[in-house]
Amino acid sequence: MKIEAPRPMFDTSELVLNMGPQHPSTHGVLRIVLRLDGERVVDADIVVGYLHRGIEKLCENRDWSQIILLTDRMDYVAAASSNLGYCETVEKLMSVEVPRRAQYIRTILGELQRIASHCLWLGTHAMDIGAMTVFLYAFRERELILDLFEEYCGARLTYNATRIGGLPLDIPPGWDKKVREFCDIMDSKLGEYETLLTHNRIWLERTKGIGVIDGPEAIAMGLCGPTLRGSGVPRDVRKDEPYAAYDEFDFEVPIGTEGDTYDRYLVRLEEFRQSLRIIRQAIDGLPEGPIVGKVPRLIKPPAGETYHAVESPKGEIGFFIASDGRSTNPYRFRVRPPSFCNLQGLRRLIRGHLVADVVALIGSIDIVLGEVDR
Amino acid sequence: MPGVKVRWSGRSGLNTEDLMSDESKSEKPTNPPPSAGPQKVPPVPSTSTPKPVPKAKAPPAAPTGPADPAPPEDVSEPGFLTQLRTAHGTAIQKVSYWVGDWSVIVSLSSLLDVVKYLRDAPDAAFDYCSDVTATDWPPRDQRFDVIYCLYSTRHRHRVRIKVHAAEDEPVPSVTDIWPAANWLEREVYDLFGVNFVGHPDRRRLLMPDEWQGHPQRKDYPLEGPGELLMENPQDWLRLRNIRDEAEIE
Repeated sequence: MKIEAPRPMFDTSELVLNMGPQHPSTHGVLRIVLRLDGERVVDADIVVGYLHRGIEKLCENRDWSQIILLTDRMDYVAAASSNLGYCETVEKLMSVEVPRRAQYIRTILGELQRIASHCLWLGTHAMDIGAMTVFLYAFRERELILDLFEEYCGARLTYNATRIGGLPLDIPPGWDKKVREFCDIMDSKLGEYETLLTHNRIWLERTKGIGVIDGPEAIAMGLCGPTLRGSGVPRDVRKDEPYAAYDEFDFEVPIGTEGDTYDRYLVRLEEFRQSLRIIRQAIDGLPEGPIVGKVPRLIKPPAGETYHAVESPKGEIGFFIASDGRSTNPYRFRVRPPSFCNLQGLRRLIRGHLVADVVALIGSIDIVLGEVDR
Repeated sequence: MPGVKVRWSGRSGLNTEDLMSDESKSEKPTNPPPSAGPQKVPPVPSTSTPKPVPKAKAPPAAPTGPADPAPPEDVSEPGFLTQLRTAHGTAIQKVSYWVGDWSVIVSLSSLLDVVKYLRDAPDAAFDYCSDVTATDWPPRDQRFDVIYCLYSTRHRHRVRIKVHAAEDEPVPSVTDIWPAANWLEREVYDLFGVNFVGHPDRRRLLMPDEWQGHPQRKDYPLEGPGELLMENPQDWLRLRNIRDEAEIE
């Protein structure tokens, strides 16, 4: 009698799993083709482009001042930061001086935007990992910021909040008092977030030691923003290449030590506090004066190219703009999207981790697909 | 009910009159009023000189390249640039300074040597590749400018390296020097069609894999090519040429 060798019960070859583009945890239309060995990720291919609208091409065919509202549509949860980056770049190209009051208000808007964006990040990141309550708490505070923005410029998401050379509007009466009140509320709520997460055992198990990347490698990978700072690199455009009024304020750049998901969480949480600190200083020292600099009615920067970066909540957002000096639209308009550069590093981060950690890591690098694809 | 009837009959009676009067009214404006007729009739060429039709302005010729102005005399060159001149003097075609940005145009053949030097030299230490992008200047022989925006996290300074490249000219990939350039170069390849060589994973990134053409080029239509290009690029090109000729005539 012939005895056959027992066949393995399961197929042991690698499994290719398609995650996205319709997946609640990919924060938009991101597709990741995972190659799995059991539940461990062997390799991944990240596919983007589902939201590509050709904003760069569109901007090359629009007026210089019409572009501001197209920049809203890139990082739609932090529109004011993109507005600011674009306007500063054109001002640099035209050598326009922006009045100090406008610089201060821009700084306040930028920092409020950072808090709003981090609130959204915290809520969704925690929800991806399974903590539902934080989502509700964080959105409660984000709502307050949206109300402040609505009172300032009438919009809640796409603000169109800056103009080349200054601002469209001065702050409404009593707004500064409301911002101060918000700072006090936010200060007390940060403790709530921390109670829910920072020492939560489940949170620690899900985030500690997940997606570790050290400083030099993170720099070489081109990571930016809190994702880079979590790896212990004190790189912040606000400090290193100050723009708006950041050089007049006192704040610190928090950095992590381990470079894992937990450190990136801690860095962003500390950034809440630093942002509040900047807003308070800016409101206290808000100078009087005009809000628009001397800008010609027809904006036509001289021929030349420049690259200028600002720190958006996601990281360094840079604008490379070339003007040919005679048309009313830019010859070349290029955005260096921070989400794009961070997403590139995801492949390196998820290798060797479990499928469940992929979700944690997507949340940890804080991407917005509208900006990745443009 | 009778009232309704009366009204109905009355209205129907009025209706025809109204229609008639409407017709006559509507005809009136088309016929020139007798008093104003003789003066305003256009087909009398002898009395009124024909207004010169403003000629459609010819679009200005496409710009042939960026300005790249040389640095003014009162701006001193940063130390790493002076050292780059001594180390790779022959590679540098031009050094330019504009609104506070330094940019260096280098020859394509020595691009890798220059960027390797800039990353490793202690005074330069450009360890962070912020951005790789391109600009398209179709009238030029080497139509593309490929631009590398570099930053040093140690010295906190920036520089832009620029190379000129023709349509199919191979541009060496810098992914070995900065892994960050991987997706950035893929995007430039996708949107401009710059021919990067030595890239580990040269596929389209934002556009679909089967897409024809490179949308960010200056000669690519803003409205896009439509469905036809996807199905049959040859027909699309022919139709487009016909349309272009018709527009010129």
